[in-house]
Amino acid sequence: MHPQVLLKNRKPDRILTLAEYRDSGGYEAMERTLASDTPESVIDRLMDAGLLGRGGAGFPIGQKLSTVLENAPHPRYVVCNMDEMEPGTFKDRVLVHASPHQLIEGLIIAAFAMKASQGIVFIRMEYENAARIMEREIGLARQAGLLGHNIRQTGFTFDIAVHRSAGRYICGEGTAILNALEGKRPNPRKPPPFATFKGLWQLPTLVQNVETLCYVPHVQKNGAEWFRSLALTPDGAGTKVFSISGRVNRPGCYELPMGIKLSEIIENYAGGMCAGSEFKACLPGGASTHFMPISMYYSEMDFKSLADAGYRLGTGAIMVFDQKTCLLGATLNLIEFFTRESCGWCTPCREGLPYIRDLLWRIENGQGEPGFVSLLQEMLDHLSKAYCAFAPGAAAPVESLLQYFGDEVDAHITNGGCPFNL
Amino acid sequence: MLPEGVKKDLEHRIAEAQHPRELVVDVMTACQEAFGYLSDAAVITAAGMLDMSPLQIEELATFYNFIYRQPVGKFVIHVCDSVICWMAGYIPIRDYLCRELGIEMGQTTADGRFTLLPACCLGYCDRAPAMMINKTVYGFLTPEKIDGIIAQLSAEG
Repeated sequence: MHPQVLLKNRKPDRILTLAEYRDSGGYEAMERTLASDTPESVIDRLMDAGLLGRGGAGFPIGQKLSTVLENAPHPRYVVCNMDEMEPGTFKDRVLVHASPHQLIEGLIIAAFAMKASQGIVFIRMEYENAARIMEREIGLARQAGLLGHNIRQTGFTFDIAVHRSAGRYICGEGTAILNALEGKRPNPRKPPPFATFKGLWQLPTLVQNVETLCYVPHVQKNGAEWFRSLALTPDGAGTKVFSISGRVNRPGCYELPMGIKLSEIIENYAGGMCAGSEFKACLPGGASTHFMPISMYYSEMDFKSLADAGYRLGTGAIMVFDQKTCLLGATLNLIEFFTRESCGWCTPCREGLPYIRDLLWRIENGQGEPGFVSLLQEMLDHLSKAYCAFAPGAAAPVESLLQYFGDEVDAHITNGGCPFNL
Repeated sequence: MLPEGVKKDLEHRIAEAQHPRELVVDVMTACQEAFGYLSDAAVITAAGMLDMSPLQIEELATFYNFIYRQPVGKFVIHVCDSVICWMAGYIPIRDYLCRELGIEMGQTTADGRFTLLPACCLGYCDRAPAMMINKTVYGFLTPEKIDGIIAQLSAEG
């Protein structure tokens, strides 16, 4: 059993209460930080710890915080991104249902590090239960004097509000979320200026994923060295909450060290492949990552190891496909998702995705022609010119389908339809 | 019309907010709940409360997946059609729902009870296939389980 950090005190069927969280040492890091630490040392510790954003991009939280200028205007904001609409990803739901106060404490410390006074938890509509939990527990934290004006007489003031979204994948993009919160049509913004300079209402704003913020109190409490040592690889740091689904026996959320082998996650934690299923490929981090073929089965799962091999860890949402599943069909499904969810703002995304969907649909349904593969390639090149990271993300499964499963695509074209349906 | 209590509550929150427009999603959702869907009248009501134009409300209403600009049934069934549910049997589940309710995707039953719509990944991939009905998610769907859910909801209203 590997050490647990975020899910250590997880109860099988309910949240960890405020009293239980405090008994387990919760809010100690925050109290100490507010009483005797400086924003600079919090940021330095997060940098040294190598805590990378767990929402998909893997950007260091410490580096993001360090870009907030000392003389930047107030009020400043911390936005916790719980939009979690990346297909296959459900770790943030599990984290809030396990320990909401861990997230609240993380928000307070992150706010202290940039002298922010207002936090906002942005929650997708499908997670109404999480929204209710957060509202209730924020209220309890406020009553206990852990949030609000002049927390613990330290002179630091901070409070948190919950924002319920009404469903749209792009709202989880780091700049679209700001437009969504301002009540504008949530198209992405083009940085610069970056959100930490001019974010929500043109004021300094830190946008962070739930999981990243949950690690903050633990790094503060146990130190950067401890956090780094949790990983199995020298370039990794900390643990990672992997959400695993697809053709495995025990789909679910597992907190495991960064750098753990994919094979070990599947075999030792997810209960192995389903009866009659053999591993064919997986998407390692949600819909906007590349398919990893069997040759990657023993890969070490951390941001750098996967990036060096040409893949992306993304959200760590591992979706496992077996030999009986048509990957062209799966890719068509993913592209249907992206086509529907594109905000329509820029041409490469708005026009390119339906074109790709049409080509894939034709190949899947027996209307494929040999020239379609190069047409797909051409369209993928256009996607790289889109306004935000949405379209390049959408391109990832298609690129890897062509690269590693070209035979399967060709078989569709020569067979006049999907060979898996025959 | 918005119920007086809902209206008062929204007006209070709008008056308190530094940027009233940040409440637009909450206002649209509340109007939708009161009117059954975001009707033209509801768009105008929401716009009036926030000092926005109906067109500004419209561009947001048409953006969000769970704001309905057309009448929907009392129970809106959103069937997850993303990749894990697809692999776990989304298509037979969808077809079963269509057959049992006697409607196609996008339609509402004649008695106004059920509407069938697709949904993106609901974040319940560990319980695929899944669907969401009025903010409650149901996972590990089978035809038998769907029968039970539909029967229970039909009995409710």
